[in-house]
Amino acid sequence: MRVIVVGGGPAGLACALELRRRAVPGIVVLDREEQAGGIPRHCRHRGFGLRDLRRPLSGPGYARRYVELAREACVEVRTASAVTGWSADGGLEMTSPAGRELLRGDAVVLATGCRERPRSARLVPGSRPEGVLTTGLVQQLAQRGAPIGTRALVVGAEHVSFSAVLTLAHAGVRVVGMSTELPRHQSLPLAGAVASLRYRMPLWTRTAVAAIRGRTRVEEVELRGLETGRLRTVACDTVVFTADWIPDHELAVLGGLELDSGTLGPRIDTALRTSRPGVFAAGNVLQGAEPADVAALAGRHAAASGVTTWLQERDWGTQVHVSCLAPLAWIAPNAVTDTAVPPRGRFLLRSAMFLERPRIDIRQEGRTLWSGRLRRLTPGRSTALPHEWITQVDPKSGPIYVSAH
Amino acid sequence: LGSGSDVARRALSHLNHDVIIVGAGVVGAAVARELTGSGLSCVLVEAGPDVGAATSKANTALLHTGFDAKPGTLEARLVRRGHQLLTEYASQVGIPLARVGALLVAWTPEQVTAFPQIVERARANGYGAIRPVEVAELYAREPQLGPGACGALEIPDEGIVCPFTTPLAFATEAVRGGCELRLDTRVTGVRRVGGGFHVETTGDELHARFLVNAAGLHSDEVDRMLGRDRFTITPRRGELIVFDKLARPLIDHIVLAVPTATTKGVLVAPTVFGNLIVGPTAQDVERKDDTSSTADGLAYLTAEAERILPELPRHEVTAVYVGLRAATEHADYQLTLGDGYVCVGGIRSTGLTASLAIAEHVRELIGVDTTPAPPELTMPNIGELAPRAYEQGGRIVCFCERVTLGEIERAFGSTIPPVDLDGLRRRTRVLMGRCQGFYCGARVWELMQR
Repeated sequence: MRVIVVGGGPAGLACALELRRRAVPGIVVLDREEQAGGIPRHCRHRGFGLRDLRRPLSGPGYARRYVELAREACVEVRTASAVTGWSADGGLEMTSPAGRELLRGDAVVLATGCRERPRSARLVPGSRPEGVLTTGLVQQLAQRGAPIGTRALVVGAEHVSFSAVLTLAHAGVRVVGMSTELPRHQSLPLAGAVASLRYRMPLWTRTAVAAIRGRTRVEEVELRGLETGRLRTVACDTVVFTADWIPDHELAVLGGLELDSGTLGPRIDTALRTSRPGVFAAGNVLQGAEPADVAALAGRHAAASGVTTWLQERDWGTQVHVSCLAPLAWIAPNAVTDTAVPPRGRFLLRSAMFLERPRIDIRQEGRTLWSGRLRRLTPGRSTALPHEWITQVDPKSGPIYVSAH
Repeated sequence: LGSGSDVARRALSHLNHDVIIVGAGVVGAAVARELTGSGLSCVLVEAGPDVGAATSKANTALLHTGFDAKPGTLEARLVRRGHQLLTEYASQVGIPLARVGALLVAWTPEQVTAFPQIVERARANGYGAIRPVEVAELYAREPQLGPGACGALEIPDEGIVCPFTTPLAFATEAVRGGCELRLDTRVTGVRRVGGGFHVETTGDELHARFLVNAAGLHSDEVDRMLGRDRFTITPRRGELIVFDKLARPLIDHIVLAVPTATTKGVLVAPTVFGNLIVGPTAQDVERKDDTSSTADGLAYLTAEAERILPELPRHEVTAVYVGLRAATEHADYQLTLGDGYVCVGGIRSTGLTASLAIAEHVRELIGVDTTPAPPELTMPNIGELAPRAYEQGGRIVCFCERVTLGEIERAFGSTIPPVDLDGLRRRTRVLMGRCQGFYCGARVWELMQR
């Protein structure tokens, strides 16, 4: 018996630990980085681990804790081990300093995480000077003591954007402002107040980045008001593009897994089964992005719900797709196979715009499975949707649609 | 005293060469390789920090057959010859190159009426393999193509080539053969002295019998330093969008547009790195360093991408880049010899393909018969057409492009090592992938500091 977990971040390690706890033999976690632990290794701020480890930790502390737990549980974690693709017969091709290997598993769990879209993927015009970064890169540069810049514009106003502000401020970079195309920031109410009071930093809403200028280094950024059309030039030497997450789905696509058009992660049912028998997915490869502890709980869920059952019963079933209609952006899980309860007993719902007191309808072929009001939907943040309706799904009927009114 | 100190200065800095080549783009590097290999002592002077770091790095990276060149021009002849020479050279030294073939697609019935002329021109250029492709066959071969195609011409010998490895291979061979490479050295003045040239630079003053002007976008300025006024370079901006590798299976061929009087149109092509590119735009700009992309240009390319390959815009964009073509008011290359001065100006986007033929032509112009020996050089493979280093195992640093630590270390230890991050990118592909440094940027920065 062999279970291969690809990715040694919170989701992958939590999955492996849960499998271990259930006495599943032959677990191996493959991580391409030099150290396991995933993205939290670079996030200095506190607040990690509340939901899964029941204690407040810093990002690096949280990552270390998971690596320790894995070691204590004698889970095999192989670092500098990059899975690059699938062999024709379903094995995983892996490159490590030890050479090239082909690994075969009875089950594979993809926990490859997500990344922020860089400037190029957002098609921001202008010159291509140095100083254009993402939060992920800023955090790692700061951690290594690399020079970042002196004056930074932060693009985006989600939780992670404020995290970027903290990292920049700590590294001695003055944040000259924050811009978002949305009408207001998407973080906690307090975050905006702290940012404007503590860092005296303007937040430009309904504002797009029109151009980046500078010869070798960023010199200025041109912002454009989406409603006014007014241009504003911001003098800075650093631009940090934050959030706008995209699952790192390369391995999923190469493995022929179906992607959900909303999340761009592999389509998964409530037991985190993908469209390919024996392959599961957990954590932020499912959707960009949830907090680390939510990702970890998804990993734990994949082990407890999907993988364990699969190893015993070897039965996959047929998925009924669950899709969102605009302005809803995505729902996860986005398929239903059976009555397995989703991770943390909820579906996660995202909207592309702010919605107050929306009524949500879940329908299958004209039949309403669930209807109810949510308090609020905020872009970039998930809202929980109950799961009890899945018992009413007709597995032989058509796809399920979720809409907001 | 004055002349005495001049003599002393010259003697001190060992500045006597047979040939000074200005510009280490793909053309200058090819000339340096050719002439060094022919036994001449050369110095290759480059204003920028690296070989092939200006226009040579930012083009469509196509290997042209020259089927659509203006018949009878030097460009037509040198592109045809260059195609043959570069194909052979690439296989010898390991430059990623593939003859994927092109399909020139007509999207309106009027465009189909241009086909006979295009075929005739190809034949006049000595290229007979061009052939018409019926609509049904076109969609059978490229099923992802957008609706509305009215027919196509197939040009089976059009190909793709690595724009980074090619000039680097030429320059590496030249330097190993004894050519002196002076980077960060801008030419500020040229004087004819006796039977040769004094070239003033931001570094030393150089002296040689022959002067080759391969200064690309600045070739008109160097030409004027010699008192000529024969052509003016108007930089023509070409924006290109690089799509994610996951889009690569969408097409097999280069998809060309039917050219009009003003433009060759937007093409979609695979790259040797396994991406798809869409572009270029064509816009005359004033400044020779204005490599900015524009909102209009990117919107136009996105719309064209969607029209030609409707599935393409659903994929992520990995990079946007902008090149400036060295366009002149003339329809042909400005390649002449006069009193020891060889001007290699106005080499447009065909320069990559033609580079070795241009170099050969320059050698013949200055009357040297000895040809370079076959190359004894193997370039590190950074393309997806042959096995990559990571397929033998290793410590992968850049995950998106699968660049190993070994490859990075070898680049630093190479004949012409990178001096900056861009140089390392072009030699290894590090940071060129979809995450643009999100994962490995800081680690690569650290490696750069060593």
